[in-house]
Amino acid sequence: MKRGVPLIITFVTGVLIIIAFFIPHKPFGNLEQRFLIWYSIVAGFTMLLGIDSLIKYHIRKIRFREKGWGYSIVTVTGIVITLIFGFYSWYAYHTPLALGSPFMWLYTYMIVPLQSTMFALLAFFIASAAYRAFRARTIEATLLLIAAALVMLGRVPLGEALRLKLPAIANWIMEVPQTAAKRGIFIGTYLGAVAMSIRVILGIERTYLST
Amino acid sequence: MILLIFMLLPPSHLKVYDTPNDEGGSITIEWRLSPSETEREFRGYEIYRALTPQGPFEYVDFVMKGKNRYEDKGVKDNKPYYYKVVAVRDDERVESPVAGPGIASPQWFNTGRINVLIFTIIFGFFVIYYIKRAKRDKSLYIRKITGLDAIDDAVGRATEMGRPILFSFGLGALTDVVTIAALSILRRIARKAAEYEVRLIIPNYDPIVMAAAQETVKQAYTEAGRPDLYKENDIMFLTADQFGYAAGVDGIMIREKPGAIFFQGFFFAESLILAETGHSVGAIQIAGTTAITQLPFFIAACDYTMIGEEMYAASAYIDREPQLLGSIKGEDAAKLLIMIIIILTAVIGSIGFFIPQLSSIYEKIVSFFETS
Amino acid sequence: MKILEKIINIDRRVIFLLIGLVVFIPLLFKIVTPTKISEPVKKAYEAIEALPPGSNVMISIDFDPTSAPECMPMYIAILRHCFKRNLRVIVLGHIAYGIPLGEIGLEKVSKEFGKKYGVDYVNLGFRPGYTAIMVGMGREIRDFYAQDYRGTPIDSFPFMRDVHNYNDIEMLVDIAHGYSAELWVQYAGARYGQRIIIGSTGVVAPDIYPYLQSGQIEGIIGGMKGAAEYEQLLKRPDMAAIGMPALSISHFFIVFLIIMANIGFFIRRRKR
Repeated sequence: MKRGVPLIITFVTGVLIIIAFFIPHKPFGNLEQRFLIWYSIVAGFTMLLGIDSLIKYHIRKIRFREKGWGYSIVTVTGIVITLIFGFYSWYAYHTPLALGSPFMWLYTYMIVPLQSTMFALLAFFIASAAYRAFRARTIEATLLLIAAALVMLGRVPLGEALRLKLPAIANWIMEVPQTAAKRGIFIGTYLGAVAMSIRVILGIERTYLST
Repeated sequence: MILLIFMLLPPSHLKVYDTPNDEGGSITIEWRLSPSETEREFRGYEIYRALTPQGPFEYVDFVMKGKNRYEDKGVKDNKPYYYKVVAVRDDERVESPVAGPGIASPQWFNTGRINVLIFTIIFGFFVIYYIKRAKRDKSLYIRKITGLDAIDDAVGRATEMGRPILFSFGLGALTDVVTIAALSILRRIARKAAEYEVRLIIPNYDPIVMAAAQETVKQAYTEAGRPDLYKENDIMFLTADQFGYAAGVDGIMIREKPGAIFFQGFFFAESLILAETGHSVGAIQIAGTTAITQLPFFIAACDYTMIGEEMYAASAYIDREPQLLGSIKGEDAAKLLIMIIIILTAVIGSIGFFIPQLSSIYEKIVSFFETS
Repeated sequence: MKILEKIINIDRRVIFLLIGLVVFIPLLFKIVTPTKISEPVKKAYEAIEALPPGSNVMISIDFDPTSAPECMPMYIAILRHCFKRNLRVIVLGHIAYGIPLGEIGLEKVSKEFGKKYGVDYVNLGFRPGYTAIMVGMGREIRDFYAQDYRGTPIDSFPFMRDVHNYNDIEMLVDIAHGYSAELWVQYAGARYGQRIIIGSTGVVAPDIYPYLQSGQIEGIIGGMKGAAEYEQLLKRPDMAAIGMPALSISHFFIVFLIIMANIGFFIRRRKR
């Protein structure tokens, strides 16, 4: 029963969506959209699950003074302050997104710079990864590093200024071999996804269930 | 004659018909553009609708110049409607002849998707055929997937170093098929971790995936005979923010210093941040993702990388169950068919550049594969 | 050779420091260099330039603060172009974190041109649903956006009274950091014939080029370089143009690092 009911629900839902793809007539036509909306509603409630897990995890770390418990205090404080600012802004400004509100202050001066900074870390990591990994050990590795170098140089104004047709070469690499390889991987990936989905719908693949 | 040059000319050849392949309640109007379209002051077209050819006509909508098609979704099924299209230039208007009747009705089959249905049937046939064959001949061949073979070694290495294992699903949700594939890989890793008594840490981006991961790991530990080692706190929700998640996982990596790290699922720009930090703590890293844009980063930074469908083959590769193996072979057969079609079409299209008859065959093949 | 060993095994912290300096120093001097205008950006610019004054332009904010350094400059440039041409701007978005950035941009640029909220532009805010909204707006925008992000009914804004669906939107501009661009093309473009321009991060741009080649979109503004080109066309160099020298030098520096690493690698291999 514990296994049977989810398998039946998976099978019926999967088959209905496949049928709905081919039948525009009501009630099949917008079935997929309806299910997606239901999923969004359910997913919204599961966020409560996540918040419960997060708070329990950090409170436990603080209580038992586990390694890194100081960071847990910062996390919990951040959650509380954001909630307070958000609710207060809603009350005082009718929307937390009003430009003068405390929530927007938090957003503009903390969230935006922090998120941009994390993204900017990529620049450093790309440099260290490129330095470490782009060595001409094999023919394939050599082709990879030459293509990477040509595209990097061809995509910036300085590369255009050198008048070595680098932009044209970079565009050709992106438009021809890169696109061809990507499309090949896409076809394989999507076929794999179809096969996997058939296995899930038919109940052959059951790893997402527990006994 | 000179007057004609300045006259506003109406659209012509109005066609009114039931919008095809829909759920009803829609009529499509098409027309030939007004010759006056090229003028700067020309604004577009007004659509009018009536229940009889004589009217009265009610205004429906306005369409910008350049567009010669409109779908009227405000009609009732099985009722005749008549339309006229009015060209608008500043304050001037000129009407097309009335066309109709158009009668809206729902369709039971989307004929624009017949090609998908045919391919689905062919694919289904391949899968069923190979599953039956796999049941008869259990030694069906799957090529080596190095990333999957390395799982046991990676877990063993973490055990020898006395360091935990870290597993990340990335930013995937349970609705992503790749996350389900990652769960089958996690089950294998969790079983090994239970056997070797090594700690398994799984920080999560999605609460539903977290719940599924907890169940999978608990199940695996029970199957390995070590349910006492299962720790729910080690499978936790971090945040549903991309770079907040990356920062959190990086922090865990630097503090816990895992010996083996598995990146299995759907990743975005945070992939390189995670992989580079994992490398800096000296862990062996095995990645698998269907996110094509992130594959180069994982290939550069990780020890083993599974590309796209290799992840989907994981459960079949690990368990070797006939039904799973058969579906992989069926998928391969479908891929072979697609390759043959692509090569043939490319050859026909290339030669068709010189021979017009082949060019029309090429166009027919390409249009067959279009869907609505 | 000690120097050889050092070249092959540069500490990653030294690499981090060098790349930091290489990016930071050019930004300090705020040098603006001319950049060659690419065809996709030129097409995007011309598409907006050709719109008659009073046309409605919908801008979808589908990026968040992580991509703000790449996407904000192109968003600001597009807003400047729209307000310069007296086009009406309707902003909405599918990413909750991104809508405040949309509001910040509107606030900044509207002041420059003396534009008024509700008369020249409106911010409809964020609604969850993605494809459901893209498809639904083909019928009626009010099914999803009966109010703006402040909760004001959109019919109280004079210019929004005549805006019902894609037939009333002369151009849609999607500023995207993910796959929303493809969704707009599939749902708004393919189904409803909506004219679309895509502004995207550099990573996503290559995936969008096939749509430009097939004529499904009018232009692409790809990455910070695309934004710099657009600023140049507007004759208003700003954040993107200032970032170009740093971008160029950092790319050349990474290629230099790769060459140095390979020289060291080959010399060591020869010795063995």
